[in-house]
Amino acid sequence: MSQENTGQVINLKTGLAEMLKGGVIMDVVTAEHARVAEDAGAVAVMALERVPADIRKSGGVARMSAPELIQEIMETVSIPVMAKCRIGHFAEAQVLEAMGVDYIDESEVLTPADEEFHVNKHAFRVPFVCGATCLAEALRRIGEGAALIRSKGEAGTGNIVEAVRHLRRIRQQIRRVISLEDEELMTEAKTMGAPHALLALVKQTGGLPVPNFAAGGVATPADAALCMQLGAESVFVGSGIFKSESPPTYAKAIVKAVAHWDDPRMVLEASKGLTGAPMPGLDVHGIEEDMRMAGRGW
Amino acid sequence: MTDAGPMPTIAVLALQGCVERHRPHVEAAGARFLTAKTPADFEQADAFILPGGESTTMLKLIAAFDLEAPLARAFAAKPVWGICAGTILMAETVLSPPQRSFGVLPIKVLRNGYGRQLDSAQSEVDGYAVSYIRAPVIEDVHGDVDIRATRDGKPVWIVAAPHMATTFHAELTLDFPSPMHRTFVDLVRAHYKP
Repeated sequence: MSQENTGQVINLKTGLAEMLKGGVIMDVVTAEHARVAEDAGAVAVMALERVPADIRKSGGVARMSAPELIQEIMETVSIPVMAKCRIGHFAEAQVLEAMGVDYIDESEVLTPADEEFHVNKHAFRVPFVCGATCLAEALRRIGEGAALIRSKGEAGTGNIVEAVRHLRRIRQQIRRVISLEDEELMTEAKTMGAPHALLALVKQTGGLPVPNFAAGGVATPADAALCMQLGAESVFVGSGIFKSESPPTYAKAIVKAVAHWDDPRMVLEASKGLTGAPMPGLDVHGIEEDMRMAGRGW
Repeated sequence: MTDAGPMPTIAVLALQGCVERHRPHVEAAGARFLTAKTPADFEQADAFILPGGESTTMLKLIAAFDLEAPLARAFAAKPVWGICAGTILMAETVLSPPQRSFGVLPIKVLRNGYGRQLDSAQSEVDGYAVSYIRAPVIEDVHGDVDIRATRDGKPVWIVAAPHMATTFHAELTLDFPSPMHRTFVDLVRAHYKP
């Protein structure tokens, strides 16, 4: 049957994202990391070459993970395995699809392969998640076939400020679109740079046409609860786990906080007894413009 | 709408997974919708839906929040519908890999029995579109189990009153209520003493 949304049935690509709601997706580099993530209760793992904090530190070109590593991760855990490809690098995406990964993240955390065009995600059977900093960017990615959106935040910083900015901006812009008259939508589409049909859908349904998760800078259980209260439906944690002093402890604590994001007493419980420090943080204002990941892609 | 009468409350276990998609189906089938995470919530429920999601994550959270005993008590007394991951939690035996389960249904389940996401598929059951997403396969049933639908010869919708299981998702179809939600609400009504 068709992979497209018929309006009657949510398609299988977005359907898997629906199943990942209320969960934590953890960045992993090795099979050993993946085991720790699964044991802590991750709903999925994201395979990448280096965690964002290391990419930021060591510079150079960050690419898709080695196939052997992804394969080993897929054989080690029973939860879904996602993997990152570079923005616009449809050949990396083809390789990931050929391996049978469960989701592809066309990610600004890796070095972009194309500074003009993103992958045509409709051409794939495997679902894609893409980052966004605002509503128009989210709708452009959905227009290209993304089945799940996440905030970009500023990966590898352990600083939640940019994810908060992106989640809030998307919410504010959705509220604005809902308030528009139908005849105002086309001009809005032109001004924002978003597909008119998707903008009309946002106005009609009052939300994004696909789930919206948080990513970029989550380091503590309270960070995760903050994102959930700002409308995120799940949380990606990158360096926040394996750059903390006690990955299993932080992983479990963040999973618990996401399950009870709306109950401060439970988030308090999850925040207690964390042995070791969280990942070291970075002030985003000290990061040079060309070292910021959120500006990659458009 | 199912015929009037006292309205049962159906709670979706909301620790993780596809929860809100059930709301319009449950309400259209004539029941009250509740999300449940704590023993106090479980008390409010007349029946449970164990939703789709990741069964390993749900098991970790059930253990972390000491919910195993309260849930086992609730499942012994009230109807339960397990969907995909929920079917796995309800099974007597789980394979690939083996893991703990509540043993509410006399079935043996193989996790991710069709394969990975690229093997996910949509088809129809009783003329209604349903989705199999990294779905489990019910390898074996014994005892008093009514098999309502099969795929490739394996049961995908079973009723062992007052419990029910589907390895597919009806809640992703936006035509309310699904026949499966209707059937479950009927089971709940038959069991329900206000």
